[in-house]
Amino acid sequence: MDNENKIIVDASGLSCPQPVMLTKKALDGLSAGHVEVLVDTATSRNNVTRFAENKGWQVSSQEREDGGFKVILNK
Amino acid sequence: MKLKKLDDLLTSRQGPWISGGVIGLVAVMLAYLGNPGNMGFCVACFTRDIAGALKFHTAPVVQYIRPEITGFILGSFLSAFLFKEYSPRGGSSPLVRFGLGVFAMLGASVFLGCPWRAYLRVAGGDWNALYGVAGLVVGVLIGIMFLVKGFSLGAAHKNPKIAGIIMPVIALALLAFLFLKPSFIAFSEKGPGSQHAPALIALAVGLLVGWLAQRTRFCTVGAIRDLFLMRDFYLFKGILAFIIVAFGANYALGLFKPGFEAQPVAHSDQLWNFMGMVLSGLAFTLAGGCPGRQLIMAGEGDADSGVFILGMLTGAAIAHNFGAASSGAGIGPLGVHVTIIGLVFCLCVGFFSRQKI
Repeated sequence: MDNENKIIVDASGLSCPQPVMLTKKALDGLSAGHVEVLVDTATSRNNVTRFAENKGWQVSSQEREDGGFKVILNK
Repeated sequence: MKLKKLDDLLTSRQGPWISGGVIGLVAVMLAYLGNPGNMGFCVACFTRDIAGALKFHTAPVVQYIRPEITGFILGSFLSAFLFKEYSPRGGSSPLVRFGLGVFAMLGASVFLGCPWRAYLRVAGGDWNALYGVAGLVVGVLIGIMFLVKGFSLGAAHKNPKIAGIIMPVIALALLAFLFLKPSFIAFSEKGPGSQHAPALIALAVGLLVGWLAQRTRFCTVGAIRDLFLMRDFYLFKGILAFIIVAFGANYALGLFKPGFEAQPVAHSDQLWNFMGMVLSGLAFTLAGGCPGRQLIMAGEGDADSGVFILGMLTGAAIAHNFGAASSGAGIGPLGVHVTIIGLVFCLCVGFFSRQKI
């Protein structure tokens, strides 16, 4: 993993569409890298996943121990 | 296994076509079976009827416990529980959300319908609603402007388990009132409140819609927001299917009556049809979703959505107690005032709720 490009976006607890907007802001101008988006609902996880996939990122997600999800974006 | 396959389909990218289509169909069916015209679903009108039944207002023509509303909450609650998406949460500016609920309702009372009904009115040929839909789009666009500038009501947090079941318990209590008819609950004998599909059918349909909308995130405001803000068609598919199927069903059943005059539960004051929905569209966008979506999220355990709905219930009482609600004859004496006050409130919320996140 290229840690220089690792970005963490904390969108926990935010209403629609803010998790996707924060993800967009992080991805804008980023041609490659590793981004982790923290969200707390399945809806936000799905929205961030759909948005990033549309932008050509590879997406996986995992549940966090404290509830919520970590959505991992790679390109 | 079959349930899993169906759920995979619903949660796929094409899921909103299915939920939107089914919701459009059952909406027209409910109107056909007795709900007021073009009012298979109207989250605002139904909340207003419930406020009336509880005597929060005493307008005699709009008092009924609408089982569809309780079905939305309980259907979503069961679905969220079954699919492990139930999570009690809250604490994102609850009082602001309460105010947004009040004014979203007041705007809808001026127009005579929430976004769901605005689309259903168009699908039934009520062209007055085109002004409402135009206002809705403008309201959403103003909301987008704030979102782009960094608008946020702050983060919600995990809540104790009890917080998430309050709205489902309220829904159960309302159902008990509907079927047991205690003397302190009022039921309209004439007017829109007296027109309703058989209660058990309406409840079943509400549960069905609660489940479908929970799985596919059906949102009549988010659809427009995501389309303009992200060029994301996901939610918009649901609205397109909703309108097209509702139009087809209306046409097939002879309920499609195009024109401006003599439309059911509607008026032709186009400026305030437009302005009422500008207010509603803005309030819903700032709150993160349409009133149906707020009911669904409340079922998932979102206490902030629950607070928004209680705001709508209060807004309904204000609308009828203070003469702000419209009727078929036109807008109410205070309709213009509450719309302007509401817009000022929402603009202040938009300007002053920028958070560094």
